[in-house]
This record gives sequence, C-alpha cells and structure tokens, in this order.
Amino acid sequence: MEHKASVLENLADVRAMIKRHKRNDALFATLGLICLMLGLMTLMLLFWQLIADGHPKFNLDFLTEFPSRRAGRAGLLSAWVGSLLVMSVTFLTAVPVGVAAGLYLEEYAPKNWFTDLIEINVSNLAGVPSIIYGLLALGLFVYMLDFGQSILTAGLTLGLLILPIVIVSTREAIRAIPVSIREAAYGVGATKWQVVYDHVFKYSYGGILTGIIIGMARALGETAPIITIGALTFIAFLPPSPITTEPPFLNFEWLSSGFTVMPIQMFNWLSRPDHAFHVNAAATGALIIVVTLLMNGAAIWLRYKIRKNIKW
Amino acid sequence: MQLPAQLTISPRLAKNIRRNVKERIIELILMMAALVAVATTFAIVGVLLYESLSFFKTVSVIDFFTDTQWTPLFEDAHYGIMPLVSGTLTTSAIALAVAVPIGTISAIFLSEFASHKTREIVKPILELLVGVPTVVFGYFALFFVTPLLQSIYPSLPSFNMLGAGIVMGVMIIPYIASMSEDAMRAVPMSMREGSYAMGATRFQTAIKVVTPAAISGIVAAYILAVSRAVGETMVVAIAAGQQPNLTFNPLDSAATITAYIVQVAMGDLPHGSIGYQSIFAAGLVLMAMTLSFNIFGHWVRKKYRESY
Repeated sequence: MEHKASVLENLADVRAMIKRHKRNDALFATLGLICLMLGLMTLMLLFWQLIADGHPKFNLDFLTEFPSRRAGRAGLLSAWVGSLLVMSVTFLTAVPVGVAAGLYLEEYAPKNWFTDLIEINVSNLAGVPSIIYGLLALGLFVYMLDFGQSILTAGLTLGLLILPIVIVSTREAIRAIPVSIREAAYGVGATKWQVVYDHVFKYSYGGILTGIIIGMARALGETAPIITIGALTFIAFLPPSPITTEPPFLNFEWLSSGFTVMPIQMFNWLSRPDHAFHVNAAATGALIIVVTLLMNGAAIWLRYKIRKNIKW
Repeated sequence: MQLPAQLTISPRLAKNIRRNVKERIIELILMMAALVAVATTFAIVGVLLYESLSFFKTVSVIDFFTDTQWTPLFEDAHYGIMPLVSGTLTTSAIALAVAVPIGTISAIFLSEFASHKTREIVKPILELLVGVPTVVFGYFALFFVTPLLQSIYPSLPSFNMLGAGIVMGVMIIPYIASMSEDAMRAVPMSMREGSYAMGATRFQTAIKVVTPAAISGIVAAYILAVSRAVGETMVVAIAAGQQPNLTFNPLDSAATITAYIVQVAMGDLPHGSIGYQSIFAAGLVLMAMTLSFNIFGHWVRKKYRESY
C-alpha cells in the first residue's frame, strides 16, 4: 500500500517537473522573441525617427541646392555629387585590385609562408577600425604623396577600406566553382589564365558582384576616415565636370578638387546648435539609409538568386 | 653569318614562348594586387609609428600612460592617454552590456526555437542592419535616446556615455546575433537528437548542449564585437561629448580615443605640430587595442573549437 502511494507521489512529482520544464521552454521562447523584436524594433524606430524629423525636406529642392548658412535653403547638391565622384574613384581602385587579389589567392598562390602572410594581412585589415584608415590617408596621401584633401585621397582611402570585403567575397565566389570545370577547360588545352578568366571568373561573376555592392554601400556611409583626412564641411561649389565639350572630352581636375560627401554633410548639420539644421541632418540620414539598404538588399537578393540557380 | 637551320625557332615554339611569357606576366600582375593588402598593413603601421615617434620625442612614454589629463591643445598641455582610454572602455562596456544578452538570446532563439521560415526572413534582415551607416546611429543617440534617458534622470547632460553606449550596443546586436547563430548552426544535429532522446526540452538542449558546444564561436563573436565597439567613431563623437575626462561613470560626458581624433581632424591643426602628432599616438593605442582583441578572438575560436 505504502509502496503504491510513493509511486503515485513520484508520478505527481514527475508530472510537475515536466510541466515546469515545458513552462520554462515557453518562457524562454517568448523571451527570445522579445529580444529579437527589441533589436529589430529599435532599428525600425530609428528609421521612423529620421523620417518624422526630416520629412519637411523631402523635396527636389533639397537635392538641387547648395549648403547654406540658412537652414531653410540649405541643400545636398555638393554632397551627393561629391559622394558619387568619391565612390567612382573607390570603385575604380578597389574592384580591379580586390578581384585580382582574390583570383591570385584562390587560383595561383602556392601554399607557403608568403601566401599565409598575405592571407593573415587580409583578415587583419578587415578588423582595423575605419578611423585608422583615415590616419593612414592623412599621413600618407594628404602629406607624403601630397594629394591634398581631395576627391582622389578620399576615394583611395575608402578603396583600401573596402578592399578586404571585395577580396573575401571574390574568394568565396570562386571557391563555389567545382574543380571539374577547371579540369574540363585544361583538358581542351586552355592555359591557366584562359581557365581563370574565361571560366572561373565568368561563372563566379554574380558572387563577386554581391561583395562589390556590399563594399560600395559601406563606403557610401563611412564618415570617420573622411573627417580624419580633414575634408571641408562647407562646400558651396561643384568639382569641375569630368566630361568636357572639347577634345579629349575628359578632364581629371575634379580628382584634386575639394569636396564634401553626404555623411559628412549630415554630421556637420547635426553638430550645429540651431535646431533648423537638425531637420536637414535627419533628411540626409533618411536618404543615406534608403540608398545603403537598397544596395545591401540588392546584394542579398542577388546572392539568394545565385544560390538557387546553381547548375552544378 | 647565317644560322644553321636547327637553331631557328619554329613558329609553333615561338607561339608557345609568347604564351608562357604572357601567362607569367598575368600571374605577376595578380600577385601585385594581392600585395596591396600587405603594403596597406605596413603603411598603416609605418605611418602610425613614424608620427608617434616624433610625438614621443616631446612627451615621455611614462607621462603618456600615467598622466591623468589629456589636454594637448591647451596652453598647459598634458598628454595622459588614460582619460581617453577610460572613455573608450566605458562606452564599450555599456555597449556590450546591452548587446551580449540581447544578441545571445536572439541567436539561441533563432537557431533553436524559430521555424525555418522565420530564420530565412530574419537572417537577411540582420545582415541588412549590419550595413546601416554609423553616423545615422549618432543622430539617434543624440536626438532620441538621450532625451529619453533625460526624462528618467533629469540631471543627465546632453552629451553622455550612457546614451552613446546603449546605441552602440543596439548597433552591434545584429553582429553578435548573426555570428553566434552561425556558430550554433554548426553544431551537428545528432547532438540535439541525442539530447531530445534523453527527454530534454528545447530549452535544456539549447542551454546545456548546443551553447557549450558552440561556445568558442560565441565568445569569439563577443571579442570581435568588443573590437568593433572600441573602434567605433561616429556614435561616440556625436553623442558622448568631446571633453577628455578620467571617469568610468556612464552618466558623465567624456571623449573616447576615436572622438578625440575626429575633434582634432575637424580643426585646422598645422602638419607637424604636437597636436597633429598626438592623434597618431592616440591612433597607435587604438590600433594596439583592437588588434589584440582581434588576435585574441581568432585564437579563442581556433583553440577552443570543438570538432565533431
């Protein structure tokens, strides 16, 4: 009799325990959902705040006016043109160098200490704070090489900054190409470069593009290194046009021109005491966020498409 | 003199040689591109050391680490890096206090509790959020979080480390969540199945089996997040204030190393002056801090990686 009672009591204990554990499970799942939402919601809030504060400036005049001492008239013209020109220098330096470095490390590099040295450098550079790149640019580009506080300096700095991103994504994209493709190309007598360029590079094009877009989005939003090189913040002129009406139709004076970019203009406006300028800062912030999110979104979508469409 | 017939190069062989030369040149060009990475590292270290050396000709290393004031631009100049380091460490500690619990719990939820579909939606969003420019977070800290905190503590100054730290924490949540989730996903399914077979719940499996197995990746994520927080510039430059202040009190206003560099760079300091050199010395300290965190993070991941 007594034995049976203790079994029943045990059973009750076990049932209580199971119930408790199930409750813990549900509690933790709720907590997890709250945490995840908290992170995501805060960021939604941030976006909402920018739109709510900046909406009076959402009009075309904001994009066609120069910065001004009067907040109501101030616009982003020199900043977005500057961003575009700086980004084009960044693109023209980081992309060829990054892709070539990725091809070398993945397809050519022998396994030795020298290759290890390059690889360690690439992964270390990815962890260097962006402001350190600004110091490098200040010491090397601005003073030693005498490029001044120009579009060229800023573009090269951001190019070095996103180089590790381009290299790493190029390597990842190349690694997804099966060896059989290379063997087939060698089998019909292709040289190494023919294999690498006509097959490996062309098939991994989408993956490489993903990395380039993510890198360019990063460069667009970077502020610290550009401030560090001492870029002016009040620029009410446009750099000379890269295209001219007379032969040779191209002109490179813009490279050495002073400039401002969108994040710098935003920083400049939000550090002023006059609240009217904060509206401009919010509108600029909203524009930067929209453009970077669109670029990153395109990159993620592209990667998703590629993963789905892999044919081998 | 005419060459004997055997010594003239056949057209086929000539083509082959041309082809080989071209191949070698291409390989050389690609290698030069890869060397840009090495050159960048050397250039960074070189520039920082070169300018810092001139700085340390004027300032003794002992003063640099023991003086409790940092006022290189004042008449009565003091060069103690500690007030900047205290600001950097305090804001980073606040950021971690926010990001580590929220990021880790989010990662456990995503990896162990969420459905496949939720994960497929949330993971890309996390990646998107990692890409939001930091200057925008600075705006958020100054005009949203600080006023919110001021309604709780009315005596809080408008520039303070608490608001900047919290926003920096929010900024690195996606980073910690995404990296920790990757580490947990890498734990083999059979371990979870073993745990479920013993009657463990999801919560018990997550806490007692999956998390310990993935701990090296999770800790590495924390350490790399510290390195990011230490090197973060715009949020602290905008919201934490620019007054070097030897304090660990989050309610104070204080400058970090990065905020100091921004502050000096915005002014018009002549090239070669002590103020100009001081930002390179500060940069050297920052570089040493982030580099040691990065190396430590990679070491932890390698050393304590469980292999299955």
